[in-house]
Amino acid sequence: MKVLQVIDCAYRATLEEQDDTIIWITHAMKGAGAHLTVLLGGNATNYVIRGQDASGLSFGDWRQTEPPRIENDVAGLVEKGVKVYVLEEDLAERGLGNEPRIDGVALITRGGVPSLMDAHDQVWHW
Amino acid sequence: MADNKTLTFALMDAPYESARSTTAFRMMDIAARRGYDINVFAYEGAVCVPFSKQAPHPNAVHGREVEEENHPLPKDWVAALMREAEKNGGKLDWVNCGLCVDERGVAEAIEGVRRGTPGDLWQMAGDSDNTLVIGTR
Repeated sequence: MKVLQVIDCAYRATLEEQDDTIIWITHAMKGAGAHLTVLLGGNATNYVIRGQDASGLSFGDWRQTEPPRIENDVAGLVEKGVKVYVLEEDLAERGLGNEPRIDGVALITRGGVPSLMDAHDQVWHW
Repeated sequence: MADNKTLTFALMDAPYESARSTTAFRMMDIAARRGYDINVFAYEGAVCVPFSKQAPHPNAVHGREVEEENHPLPKDWVAALMREAEKNGGKLDWVNCGLCVDERGVAEAIEGVRRGTPGDLWQMAGDSDNTLVIGTR
């Protein structure tokens, strides 16, 4: 079975969780033998942009020592053999079209999404 | 693949925050009445849905005491769906993401709920006729 993980709802509690929970569960299921592809759209297109820094969160004397490093987590998926696509139009709409992206991520247009979905047994829209 | 139809649901929402999980429960109710086998993987806030310490309350705005108010408790919905599935020859297998439980301190779940991992979601989905993911928005 092949599943397409669609992620377009971004930054859900990423500071509390120290990651994006769907990127995380994709890592975990990949480790359990899952065959997964990731499609990033909407604000989640920002996950592939280089140079993000979420460090510095503090409340009183509490300091976050391990902030989320989502671009690294996405790059880790690519290294594990998970194909990661990002919607080209959504990048452009957010002014991110020419920003440096992590390696190994493929651009896809909205017109290409139906074929991508058709290549998978199930589509999980998180 | 089992003889019965098998459906898997992945839920993310905490109780009392949106109607998405209620809608999922409506679908599960239909499946349970048809004798389907139902799997639920509760992720993130959804692990609070079967938390056993949920308690009903009176509601002064409604002008009702606790018994009259009969405040809905999602843990009771889960238990009711488990009973309905079993009555019709199916089952409801509810798996709570263990790490999500730990970070929220909600280990006390109703009977029949078990602790699991994302690997369980993958396994359940692979053994199902279809899967519906309902993410938090």
